[in-house]
Amino acid sequence: MNAFWGLLTKEFYHILRDRRTLLILFGMPVIQLLLFGFAIRNEVNDTHLLLIDESGDYVTQAIESELLASPYFESAGQQTSMRGVERAFQEGRAKEAIVFEPDFAHRLAHEGVAHVQVLTDASDPNMASTILAYTSSILQDVQRRLATGPAAGVRVVPIVRMRYNPELKSVNLFVPGLIALILMLVCALMTSITITREKEVGTMEVLLVSPLKPVQIIVGKVIPYLVISIAIVGVVLALAHFVFRVPMRGSLVLLMLECLLFITCALSLGILISTRSNSQQAAMMLSLAGLLLPTVILSGFIFPVASMPQALQMVSHIVPAKWFLIIVRGIMIKGVPFVDIWQETLVLAGMTVFFLAVSVKNFDDRVA
Amino acid sequence: MRPILFILQKEFLQIFRNKAMLPIIFVLPIIQLLVLSFAATFEVKNTPMSLIDEDGSTTARLLVERFEASGYFSVVHRSIDSAEADEAMQRGDARIILHIPIDFERDLRQTGAAPVQLILDAEDGATAGVVQAYAGRIIATFNRDIQVDFGVPEPDAQPIIDVIISHWYNPELKYQYYMVPGILVLLVTMIGTFLSAMNVVREKEIGTIEQLNVTPMRKGHFIIGKLLPLWILSLVELAAGIVVARVVFHVPFLGNLWLVFGLAGLYLVGMLGLGLWISTITDTQQQAMFIAWFIMVVFILMSGLFTPIESMPLWAQKLTLLNPIAYFIEIMRRVLLKGAGFSAVQEQFWALVAFAVILVTLAVRQYRKVSA
Repeated sequence: MNAFWGLLTKEFYHILRDRRTLLILFGMPVIQLLLFGFAIRNEVNDTHLLLIDESGDYVTQAIESELLASPYFESAGQQTSMRGVERAFQEGRAKEAIVFEPDFAHRLAHEGVAHVQVLTDASDPNMASTILAYTSSILQDVQRRLATGPAAGVRVVPIVRMRYNPELKSVNLFVPGLIALILMLVCALMTSITITREKEVGTMEVLLVSPLKPVQIIVGKVIPYLVISIAIVGVVLALAHFVFRVPMRGSLVLLMLECLLFITCALSLGILISTRSNSQQAAMMLSLAGLLLPTVILSGFIFPVASMPQALQMVSHIVPAKWFLIIVRGIMIKGVPFVDIWQETLVLAGMTVFFLAVSVKNFDDRVA
Repeated sequence: MRPILFILQKEFLQIFRNKAMLPIIFVLPIIQLLVLSFAATFEVKNTPMSLIDEDGSTTARLLVERFEASGYFSVVHRSIDSAEADEAMQRGDARIILHIPIDFERDLRQTGAAPVQLILDAEDGATAGVVQAYAGRIIATFNRDIQVDFGVPEPDAQPIIDVIISHWYNPELKYQYYMVPGILVLLVTMIGTFLSAMNVVREKEIGTIEQLNVTPMRKGHFIIGKLLPLWILSLVELAAGIVVARVVFHVPFLGNLWLVFGLAGLYLVGMLGLGLWISTITDTQQQAMFIAWFIMVVFILMSGLFTPIESMPLWAQKLTLLNPIAYFIEIMRRVLLKGAGFSAVQEQFWALVAFAVILVTLAVRQYRKVSA
């Protein structure tokens, strides 16, 4: 046991002595959380709108001022030709252009129909359909006001309630994802590197001939990162709670236990990677390319899993972060009890056992 | 010139001899491009819906049919008990509850207006917003279509503003067209920057840097020899990615590919310089990797790849002026998707020149043949 303590102390020294890495280790989550919380938004506001108004009468001007008065649009100036629109789209100066036909008010009054063309820069389709929806609803309003007489008819009136997150704050969604991302990085990437490093510089042999058992070596390597990870989770949760007011509706104890499970899972994944690779480079590229991007994209962190093609939804089942995200969002935002998430918990636990079993087998093969 | 050739030969040998790294360098990025481009979409289909139909009238049924026929919703759960529906939402089985109250049809007939309640699981705020827009559109169409059934007389000659819509560059609004060029940038950048960040520091860590230092090679030769292979590798990677984007995703490339590659070459000089600089200020691969990763994550999140830069607060938009990835993603999107020529990306071009000069200068100044 004494030798084990020795190893543990050595590992802690290794980490604590490397100030730069330590600073990043704790600074990164903080910076990312601040960025996500304050800077990264999905809402569309102040879109630059280009106007081609060959008519310039009171109706078109009413429409224009209506559009520009809304929070969604900002004027990008007047244009006279389609060529100018193309140019503005290409240079990113405008995202939408509205073209009124000549004699707009006259046609509207005498012919009953006037045409307006809405052009969007649909290279970003998401934004294009959003701003189009805003534009058409404003145009409809104007049309209704122009109509004479009472607008009779029957209509179904939807009453919408946004449950769990009435202000639609994106930070609520990002915090759980961020926890998963950082834990993946710290646990899987850092452990896989630290173990392969010993292999690469040759000190693994030295450790293996010491009286320590292989399992003890691995555990000794892993424990410091476990401690650091728990501290990081604490920091992130505190920030989320005190700075961004992310709700914490469920049990904190349950959340911490689930985090612990996910940390263990990520650590075992790190161990697995390190048993499979012989150089730090390979270990790093594997964890980086193989784990981080899937954790960002396939877990539902930014893009909803339900929107993905069926085949990818199947793939997302093997991404541990996906299950963890369901758990954390459930506990924090919906306040679900354990009975509603036991299946996800079981999946994570199963993955952990699987990773550990495979690593132990790999490790034995190598030593033997 | 000779020393450069030798070190080039050595670097290429090292890259191609390393059987563990080869698939990681060449296969993984392509797989990721395929997977990620399919996955990255905000479009929401088949939202599971829990239905509470207390009315049970024909009109209520017609409304529900509209929801199902749209393809955006599928009813997974029916009940007349709102507690049961709430539970389904809490479990995550349903994302939206449509509650049609009793006397829905009667109210519609008698008073001309009848409420329905839509309760959305807004855990994911962005998705909830999209789903709400779909639901709103369905109800609006429904309202227009039921007028005749309810015997409302045709409005006589009300003025109509006829809206003609055209979506430029991407008429079918395919999200992949938008994401693929961005993800390509990401993959090329990651491979280039990470490999160069690890390259020199690896020699330091395993001690071979001393051997290189005692050779008569000049500093400039050494750096060119180190970076050139990675530069070529990254460009090859970009070419492969563009082929995949064209063949698999049918992304319409309107712009000039030579312009793309020219600007990519310039961009890569800067990013490789960044990697090299990181590897000169660190002592271990672990450190180098970590710093590179940290910088990369901040750059990626602030690049406009996933969320539009226009939506950020002003101070954050200003910060993106310091982000080379943001410039290059903008270039790729403008040139590839919108067919922009050089004059439309001039600003970005000069920014990339500045990055390349600054980062390479930093790296070269920092690199010393003598270890302290």
